Amino acid sequence: MATDTRLFGKSIKRREDPRFITGRGSYTDDLKLPGMTYAAFVRSPHAHAKIRKIDLAAAKAHPGVVAIFTGKDLTGVNSLPCGWLLPELKVPPHPPLATDAVRYVGDPVAVVIAESQDAALDAAEKVSVDWDVRPAVTATSKAAEKGAAQIHEVAPANVAFKWQIGDAAAVDAAFKGAAVVVKKRIVNQRLVANAMEPRACVARFDQATGDLTLWVTSQNPHVHRLLMTAFVLGIPEHKVRVIAPDVGGGFGSKIFLYNEETVCSWATRQIKRPIRWTSTRREAFQTDAHGRDHVTDAELALSRDGKILGLRVKTLANLGAYLSTFAPAVPTYLYGTLLNGVYEMGAIHCDVTGVFTNTTPVDAYRGAGRPEAAYLLERMIEAGAAALGTDVTEIRKKNFIPKFEHGYQTKVALTYDSGNYAAAFDKLLGMLDYRKIRSEQEAARKQGKLVGVGFSTYIEACSIAPSKVVGQLGAQAGLYESGIVRVHPTGKVTVFTGSHSHGQGHETTFSQLVADELGVPMDDVEVVHGDTGAIAFGMGTYGSRSASVGGTALHMSINKIKEKGKKIAAHLLEASPGDMEYVNGQFQVKGFPGKAVPFGQVALTAYVPHKYPEGLEPGLEETSFYDPSNFCFPFGAHACVVEVDRDTGHVKLLRYVAVDDVGNVINPMIVDGMVHGGIAQGVGQALWEGAVYEDGSGQLVTGTMMDYALPKADMLPMYETERTVTPTPVNPLGIKGAGETGTIAATPAVVNAVVDALRPLGVDHIETMPLTPERVWKTIQAAKAGR
Amino acid sequence: MKLPVKMTINGQTQSHEVEPRLLLVHYIRETVGLTGTHVGCDTSQCGACTILMDGQAVKSCTVFTVQAEGAKITTIEGLAKNGDLHPIQQGFWEKHGLQCGFCTPGMILAAYQMLERYPKPSEEQIRHQLEGNLCRCTGYHNIVKAIQWASEHMAGAK
Repeated sequence: MATDTRLFGKSIKRREDPRFITGRGSYTDDLKLPGMTYAAFVRSPHAHAKIRKIDLAAAKAHPGVVAIFTGKDLTGVNSLPCGWLLPELKVPPHPPLATDAVRYVGDPVAVVIAESQDAALDAAEKVSVDWDVRPAVTATSKAAEKGAAQIHEVAPANVAFKWQIGDAAAVDAAFKGAAVVVKKRIVNQRLVANAMEPRACVARFDQATGDLTLWVTSQNPHVHRLLMTAFVLGIPEHKVRVIAPDVGGGFGSKIFLYNEETVCSWATRQIKRPIRWTSTRREAFQTDAHGRDHVTDAELALSRDGKILGLRVKTLANLGAYLSTFAPAVPTYLYGTLLNGVYEMGAIHCDVTGVFTNTTPVDAYRGAGRPEAAYLLERMIEAGAAALGTDVTEIRKKNFIPKFEHGYQTKVALTYDSGNYAAAFDKLLGMLDYRKIRSEQEAARKQGKLVGVGFSTYIEACSIAPSKVVGQLGAQAGLYESGIVRVHPTGKVTVFTGSHSHGQGHETTFSQLVADELGVPMDDVEVVHGDTGAIAFGMGTYGSRSASVGGTALHMSINKIKEKGKKIAAHLLEASPGDMEYVNGQFQVKGFPGKAVPFGQVALTAYVPHKYPEGLEPGLEETSFYDPSNFCFPFGAHACVVEVDRDTGHVKLLRYVAVDDVGNVINPMIVDGMVHGGIAQGVGQALWEGAVYEDGSGQLVTGTMMDYALPKADMLPMYETERTVTPTPVNPLGIKGAGETGTIAATPAVVNAVVDALRPLGVDHIETMPLTPERVWKTIQAAKAGR
Repeated sequence: MKLPVKMTINGQTQSHEVEPRLLLVHYIRETVGLTGTHVGCDTSQCGACTILMDGQAVKSCTVFTVQAEGAKITTIEGLAKNGDLHPIQQGFWEKHGLQCGFCTPGMILAAYQMLERYPKPSEEQIRHQLEGNLCRCTGYHNIVKAIQWASEHMAGAK
């Protein structure tokens, strides 16, 4: 097919947009069923307490109340499972409704179901719980200290796991030979995902058929169904259908199986009526899995000429009060294994202790472990450059892994797929006009202005993931993806993917991919996702895996369709199947476009098989499961220019420049959009966002959008984005994955820029984000005072 | 106690008896059944519930239904006329101004009033005027471009 007619690689407008821009999207909370009831959860106002007694009398008497259940009523309901088991991991019970004790503010203890949302909320306020309040610990650094409140019997000193990777002896040796050693404490603060659509579910039990349907804000409906049926509720998987309709953003927070959908799925079977629950934003802050929350001591050993000899990392990772679905994987295999970055590292050792605290469970938030690794490494590199008196770009260039096309073995287990890190960095420097920027900075400094330039490079392990590998590492699931291609008798095509769009635009991207490969119009291709009733199986969307893993599954099915089509066409042409090829939407004898059968005629013949090859099954539908042989490793380089107001500590972003390499790109417009959004979230972490718990009471102080600063339009600039393209050899599409790059890269670039701006004052590090005006101002004052 | 309330939504008269505490956004979504207007927060920060009330862009989560007595309301469902997208809607489509779509109705209606006030807004004006609307997907870059596109095309239409 001629290149210029390809749909693959074109910025085609999204087909999902007409429904969203006219208000016709269908999100979970939009659903209204006959006989609907409404749920409200009674939650702990305390960070840590025993439940002495729950008095339901007043609530039950409230008009409109249908039923109230507490943890004790949930007989036969098991703990919410943890899907990633590290060796010697302490797995405490995690009941969907707490029975004897609560362990974070927001921990649910009862559900009130009523005829209206208002009645449910009013009655929930009348539930009276007699609490025996206990001491709480929320700070990551204090959780494992002597005398800290004990949260679970199974986890002495609140330690969930101890994990390490790398070569401690080699690191020790490297440090002995180092010319310069840089030590820093680096705090990666706790974040709240804040997808704009709050979590919600509608659970409906059909008494006549025994079927349960659950609509839920999920990034992976099959995972939801599997965990809920096999582990928690013990009901037959095939009698449960989980539908994730339009979902308003996820960023990781909608991967996990939560208390509320589990309780509603159980309760609808009791009351035999549909139940709807929708989170308030306050509940979202308290109960959506949080992200990050590391306290790290890092040491970097450098040679006199700036080569990286060793990296030693000790991290405390806060897991919150319970183990969320994939929590143990995030600060370990998605973090320690990424500490090699894009550099040739002499030696690495990383030691992680996961701790329980009286806080909301922590799990994957956009990037998940990889932003923490990139932030650490990129802060350390710039601190190292400062210690050596070397330019921050030179130290990076000196250490980049040289260009490679087939595999690079890191010091921390991973084998990178393909990379050309210097090329992305050089492109970035060109866009930035680096020399000019530095001379402008010099001029600004002479005028007393605090202008800074910061960089980051990053590597991401995505396209998650080879099942065998993750199985050895503790995953309780395979991480393949399914793709069904169903060709209808009229030649129209429906494809079913196990991945799920909650903003990524699968309906456009996948129809583009399928139409491109089959040579049919995009309008002839329908994409179905998000429904266990329609799709074979699916692991869902996270870890930038939809196009690379899900797309490859579709690609495999398309190839099978073509092979079968060749047999049918060859029979019609009285040719040999081996002589057939598929070109421009028709099956033809190789090199003879005139001897051809159009796609539509083959499709019709498959379903009306009157003149048909002997022994060939009718129908034209293929299913494939693709299990990748390795992760894919997108990379890139970002830079940020800031000006800091000396008097107020306010940071203004002057420029944000990004070069990403995500391999081949199906729809550049969509990929750019994801990069933009990722950058905003990464900048958000650097400058404004952070979940704060009050020491002692354990209250979530940043509990609403008034207290937790999400980035707004007037806080951000236009982004200057470009790409380099280094296809991955891992999958036949050459796609690496693009969903998380911006989030990973932006945080260190911005913080490095602020530190660079403050360098004339003697600042070379700021321990904790976000860099709010208050924190920056205090840093400036401390520097002035010579502290 | 319920109170009678009557208003016009997208050109149709709506008349119901509602609890005095019922917020306008819940009335629009649950009573009238127009679910394009969304609820994204509890504290009037996110702007997903933005509608036009007597020509003003307001957050329908901060208005009691009974306060809208006699009002003329436009929701996202009422913006396209005779099946033709409004230029702002078209701009969001052309410029990829949305991803998950949840904030989009509020963004579009906030932009509607913005472009009435400032038909040719600067980038800074656009960003400032969107101060009351949050988006977590786009980083706002393409939302700004979408509104610029709409501004150009609305000027061309006049």
